[in-house]
Amino acid sequence: MRIIDIKRHLGHFRAGIAGAGGLGSNCAVALARSGIGTLVIADYDQVEESNLSRQYYFKYQTGKYKTDALREIISLTGSETKVITFNTELNRQNIVSIFKGCHVVVEAFDRAEMKEMFVETLQKELPGVPLVIASGVAGYGMNDTLRSRKIDDTLFVCGDESSETSSDLPPMAPRVGIVANMQANIVIELLMKMKPDKSTDK
Amino acid sequence: MRIILNNREEEINSNSLTVNELLTLKKFSFRMRIVKINGKLVPRDQYDTTIINDGDNVQIIYLMSGG
Repeated sequence: MRIIDIKRHLGHFRAGIAGAGGLGSNCAVALARSGIGTLVIADYDQVEESNLSRQYYFKYQTGKYKTDALREIISLTGSETKVITFNTELNRQNIVSIFKGCHVVVEAFDRAEMKEMFVETLQKELPGVPLVIASGVAGYGMNDTLRSRKIDDTLFVCGDESSETSSDLPPMAPRVGIVANMQANIVIELLMKMKPDKSTDK
Repeated sequence: MRIILNNREEEINSNSLTVNELLTLKKFSFRMRIVKINGKLVPRDQYDTTIINDGDNVQIIYLMSGG
């Protein structure tokens, strides 16, 4: 299939991204460049200088809300993706209303507690929606440990599933970027198998 | 009973056990995780009340911080 046909197909779909840090910002840009119709991005944080080691943001964007900074970057790519942002901290109460209507959702948090809360809530409240999560991105090297795994029809996990971030094992641009792009890659693979429904707005 | 645990068949020396008992038995010690039984997610507050039976497909996924 030609890229123009792939983009036309992806243009009918909506993907959710929970968290706009290293995983979320890189994943969102990859999906926007690939022609996804709509991105729903939620994050409450602002860009800090320490984020620039791995997140898609630029120095001049420090102090901006990540959702606004990411919207700006996506528009700079020339992508026609519609970006819907929620500048709010996700919790068990607001997750469903924010991500309802997404054809697939990406979990892109930093902290494991948030990952667990998000997966529990989404899989319970929106059980049919495929969820692509990340686990194990810290450090550098070890390319061959990074993988993606299908747990079942609605859950996919990317990462090495063992490296936990610490002061001696920081998250860095290469491995975070690889895993974020693995997540984007699964999103595209899933959406290419779906038929567009007529109600979907571009 | 026999169950499938993370895609591998396992013989368990019991006819049924709770999620928490399985975690202890199989030494899943890392605290942050997701548990799914036959594709259905088991929330953390139900680890003591959810029973695993013969033939069940159990997935335990560790969640590592970083991103």
